[in-house]
Amino acid sequence: MNDATGSAAKIVRGDNSAQAFDVARVRADFPILSQTVYGRPLVYLDSAASAQKPRQVIEAMTQSYETCYANVHRGVHRMSQLATDAFEGGREKVAKFMNAGSADEIVFTRNATEAFNLIASCFGQVHLGTGDEIVISTLEHHANIVPWQLLRERLGVVIRVVPIDDQGNFLLDEYEALLGPRTKLVAVTHVSNALGTVVPVKRVIDLAHARNIPVLIDGCQAAPHMAIDVRALNADFYIFTGHKVYGPTGIGVLYGKRDLLNALPPYQGGGEMIASVTFEKTTFKEAPHRFEAGTPPIVEVIGLGAAIDYVTGLEQDAIAAHEAGLRSYAEERLSGVRGVRLIGTAKEKASIVSFVMDNAHPHDIGTIVDRAGVAVRTGHHCAQPLMERLDVTATARASIGLYNTRADIDTLAEALESVSEIFG
Amino acid sequence: MDDLRELYQEVILEHVKNPRNKRTPADANRHAQGHNPICGDAVTIHLKVNGQGVIEDVAFDGKGCAISLASASLMTEELMGKTEVQAKTLFQTFQEMCTKDDPEIAQGVDDDTLDRLRVLSGVRLFPMRVKCATLAWHTMSAAVAGKNQISTE
Repeated sequence: MNDATGSAAKIVRGDNSAQAFDVARVRADFPILSQTVYGRPLVYLDSAASAQKPRQVIEAMTQSYETCYANVHRGVHRMSQLATDAFEGGREKVAKFMNAGSADEIVFTRNATEAFNLIASCFGQVHLGTGDEIVISTLEHHANIVPWQLLRERLGVVIRVVPIDDQGNFLLDEYEALLGPRTKLVAVTHVSNALGTVVPVKRVIDLAHARNIPVLIDGCQAAPHMAIDVRALNADFYIFTGHKVYGPTGIGVLYGKRDLLNALPPYQGGGEMIASVTFEKTTFKEAPHRFEAGTPPIVEVIGLGAAIDYVTGLEQDAIAAHEAGLRSYAEERLSGVRGVRLIGTAKEKASIVSFVMDNAHPHDIGTIVDRAGVAVRTGHHCAQPLMERLDVTATARASIGLYNTRADIDTLAEALESVSEIFG
Repeated sequence: MDDLRELYQEVILEHVKNPRNKRTPADANRHAQGHNPICGDAVTIHLKVNGQGVIEDVAFDGKGCAISLASASLMTEELMGKTEVQAKTLFQTFQEMCTKDDPEIAQGVDDDTLDRLRVLSGVRLFPMRVKCATLAWHTMSAAVAGKNQISTE
C-alpha cells in the first residue's frame, strides 16, 4: 500500500548523518505545520501529549478506506482478504519495530491505557492475590498507577514505589531493595512523560529477572525517540501508543512474550477472540487474538504501520541525534530567561524539557506563549505523585519531536521573555 | 498581545502579588474546597455567615494561576457584608461577564462592584481559562449551600 503513498523524507546522506538530518524536508511532510494560530506560524512543542501526523500516515489511512476496506478475518471475499493482509501487515511492522520474536506477540488495544488495564485485569486474575506486591516508580503516568490501585481495591495487592532523586533520576539501589519474595510484577516507565528521564530499564529488568519477577515497561515516551528492542531488553511486557509515534489515535500496542500472553485469560469476550462457541462452553484463540474481542481498529493499524515506515525510514538514530541537539539548545535558551527553572535534570534524558517560572504559574505561561503560536503542555502531566515529590503543583513542558527546529525553540524563549515582562 | 494585556491587567497582577483576605478565620462557619483537576488549581473558601444570612467575613487560601488567585482575592473584597442571596446574584453576573461580550447584569448589582469585577472579563477571550476565573466563585457557592467540596469537572 505504501508504494502509492510516497516515501518518507529520507535523510540526506553526508559524513555525519545526524547533522545531515533534513528537518525542512521532514516538516514538508506534516500538513498541520503550515497552519497559523492567532496569525502566527504554529510552533508545536507538545508532541509528548500527541504527535502530529505526516502526509504518509494520513494518505495510507485514506487510501485504505478508499481502496481496500472491509472487516478483517471474516469474509472470503477479496476486499476482506486485502484488508486482513494490510491489517496483519501492520502487526508485522510493529513486531519488527520493537524487534519482537513474532507478530503473535503484538496485541492491539484502543490506547496505551487500555493495555495497562488489560495486564492489570488478566495478569491480576491469575497471578496476584492479597499481599502480593507490584513495584512501580515515582515517575509513572497515572495510566501506570490507577489500574494497580483498582487492583488493590479488588484483590488487596500492595503497591511499592521506587523513589527518585531531586534531579529526577530513578534510584536503582532503592529499587533493588524493594524487590522481595512477595513482588509479583515490576511495572515502570522507560521515559518519564513529565521530565524526560530515561530509566535504565535493562538493569531494572535484569534485577527483577534474577528473582524471577516479570517486568512491564511503559514505552509511550520512549518509542518516539529511540529504537526499541524488546528482546535485547528481555522485557516481558512492553506498551506504547500509536499517536505519539506520529500515527493515528485509537491504537495502542501491548507486546508480551508468547508464553506469558497465552497463560493469561481473555480480557473481553466477543467475536474474533474465540476458537469455538457453544452455549455450554467457549474456547479461546491463542494470543494475540484472544485479547482482541470485536472488530479491531483496522485502519488505525494500517496508519500505525505507515507511521512506523516513516520513522524507520528517517532512521531512528538520526532522529534521536536531531532531538538531543534541540534539547540541549532548549535547556540553554530557556535557562537564559529570567525566572526560569528547569524541572528534571536527570543524567540521561529524552527530548522533554519541563520548567517553572518564579512569578508565573504554568497555566499563565501556557496562555501567554499560546498567543505567540507556541503549543506547550501545562499542568501536572497526569503525574500528580511526581509533581508532589518535586514540590511543584504543575510545570510547563516543551516536548520536542522530529519536526522541531532551533527557530521553534527561539520562538518559545522569546515568548517566555514576554511572560517575564508581564509578571516581572 | 492586546488580548493578553486585557487579561493580565495591572489590577490582576497586583492582587496576585498582594492577595486580599488570604487567611483562615478562626470563627468561620462555612468552608468549601474547590479543585480544578485539569490544572491542579485548588482553593479553599471560608465564610462567616450570621443568622440573618449576611456574610460577615470571607477569606480564601489556595494555590493556582494568576487568574484563579486574583479572582479569589477580588471576590472576597466584594462579598464582605453582602447577603447570601446577593452573593449568588453576583456570581451569576460574574459568570456572564466571563463568558459573554454582552453580559446580562442582574438587578441590584451596583456599578462600582461591576467595574471592579470587570477587570477579569478579559478571560472571555480565553475560553480555556474561564474555569480559572470562576473556581473561587463556584467554591463560595458550594460553601453557601453547605457542600464541602466541588470540582470544576
